[in-house]
Amino acid sequence: MSLRIVVCVKYVPDATGDRHFAEDRTTDREAVDGLLSELDEYAVEQALQIKEANGGEAEITVLTMGGDDAKDALRKALSMGADKAVHVNDEALHGTDVLGTSLVLAKAVEHVGYDLVVCGMASTDGTMGVLPAILAERLGTPQVTLLSEVAVADGKVTGRRDGDAASEQLEASLPAVVSVTDQSGEARYPSFKGIMAAKKKPVEALELSDLGVDASAVGLEGSWTAVDGVTERPARTAGTIVKDEGEGGKQLAEYLAGQKFI
Amino acid sequence: MAEVLVLVDHVDGAVRKPTLELLTIARRIGEPVAVHLGAGADTAASTLGEYGATRVLAADAPEFGGYLVVPKVDALEQAVEAVGPVAVLVPSSAEGKEIAARLAVRLGSGLITDAVDLEAGDDGPVATQSAFAAAFTVKSRVTNGVPVITVKPNSAAPEAASAAGAVEPLEVSFGDAAKGTKVVSRTPRESTGRPELTEAAIVVSGGRGVNGAENFHVVESLADSLGAAVGASRAAVDAGWYPHTNQVGQTGKTVSPQLYIAAGISGAIQHRAGMQTSKTIVAINKDAEAPIFDLVDYGVVGDLFQVLPQLTEEVESRKG
Repeated sequence: MSLRIVVCVKYVPDATGDRHFAEDRTTDREAVDGLLSELDEYAVEQALQIKEANGGEAEITVLTMGGDDAKDALRKALSMGADKAVHVNDEALHGTDVLGTSLVLAKAVEHVGYDLVVCGMASTDGTMGVLPAILAERLGTPQVTLLSEVAVADGKVTGRRDGDAASEQLEASLPAVVSVTDQSGEARYPSFKGIMAAKKKPVEALELSDLGVDASAVGLEGSWTAVDGVTERPARTAGTIVKDEGEGGKQLAEYLAGQKFI
Repeated sequence: MAEVLVLVDHVDGAVRKPTLELLTIARRIGEPVAVHLGAGADTAASTLGEYGATRVLAADAPEFGGYLVVPKVDALEQAVEAVGPVAVLVPSSAEGKEIAARLAVRLGSGLITDAVDLEAGDDGPVATQSAFAAAFTVKSRVTNGVPVITVKPNSAAPEAASAAGAVEPLEVSFGDAAKGTKVVSRTPRESTGRPELTEAAIVVSGGRGVNGAENFHVVESLADSLGAAVGASRAAVDAGWYPHTNQVGQTGKTVSPQLYIAAGISGAIQHRAGMQTSKTIVAINKDAEAPIFDLVDYGVVGDLFQVLPQLTEEVESRKG
């Protein structure tokens, strides 16, 4: 039977850019160019590998929530090989926190229909890393998260979760929510053929009303946290730089001794 | 007085340092009540009491080790119901954040993750977080429900404050989801004998410039002479030279030690995100133009294979 895979992705400001907060203390998504979160490329890659391992018997839907520009993230995932896309785009979503985002994504995942949801380990802007767990909580499906290795067979998902204290081998029945780390395997580059094919793949646009989500549950108003202030960290004052002329290690030792580290 | 729940991070009753930091922070808001899940509550209780826990709610069940995350969410949720706390504090480990997040959904609470500081405020606890690779500091608070907040290691110096630490059994009934994800096997990590990366006062990290797993001993020797933890950049980890558990950066650990020494690391944003709140930063790199030098208090432009051994020798001789 064909496996229905939904990959949740996020369109984020490029982390190498000069990221700031907007006046309302939300992430400024205008000043810096956006892109598909690098950590979500790993999720797309693993979904593609699961499909390949399943003899191609799977349909991969890539799902995002975001403004108009977020379609670029979907296009990237489609050009890598995902089959179709869903874009939840609604003005009321501006400033939505992780709880609201997970609510919308859960509804959208159910709207699409799924056997497996695949997420990245965290976004590169908010960096909380908790959305997959919350999604599993909301969907009432097993959470199989932070995997460095993942496989799907016989209605089960298995994988390896590398923690600080131990490495764990996990197993759960489908449907399930999975997240994969940046150790799960390098993401492929879209081929020219893939890029051309992506232009013809369907992108379904949804608004909150299509998902039966009340606007009061999302956005800045619906957020259960408030940001009272943001402060730019002062630039570090320029330090001393010396060129090693054979005594660099000793000079460094002298500095560290002066700072009472040795 | 208002009570604050603190989820204990421990290994068979050996309480890890971040929990002591959490107990210290919890006392700014109310009386800490520890929640100990798994074996060893009686062993842990004396330590937890020493750092201010008035009570230790203890539950042990095979589900905690046998299944991922959810059994602990069930237990913590029931602890919240039993205590009625003003806040729930959880260590910001990968597991801790997932537990906290699911708990927040169940409680209908706002969630704050990765706080680096926490203080009492008129409208509930105010958390400090770092954002955008630590380029910004954010102050935020939960506006709905019992605040659920995860706190990073090294956010406070643990301060002892003797309290009863009385162990009380916590009755836990597990929901349908508890056995959703089975832990089929667990392979504990071998101890290196070095300090925990996120807890260490000094961290020495190696990057692309180390140029091979076989060369990492140069970094390790310096770390050992300083009693430091060893870190690695993503480039070094991706190349397979050092384990991912030692990765410092956006997708690895965030460290904020007193002293951070970066050897052969250029200082890409990925890496800076994990270390730029360190108190003192030192770098050794062949490339004088490497962005890491923008961050340093002291930098040496040179070959790390010359500089590090010389520094190690100097540290050892000064100790002697």
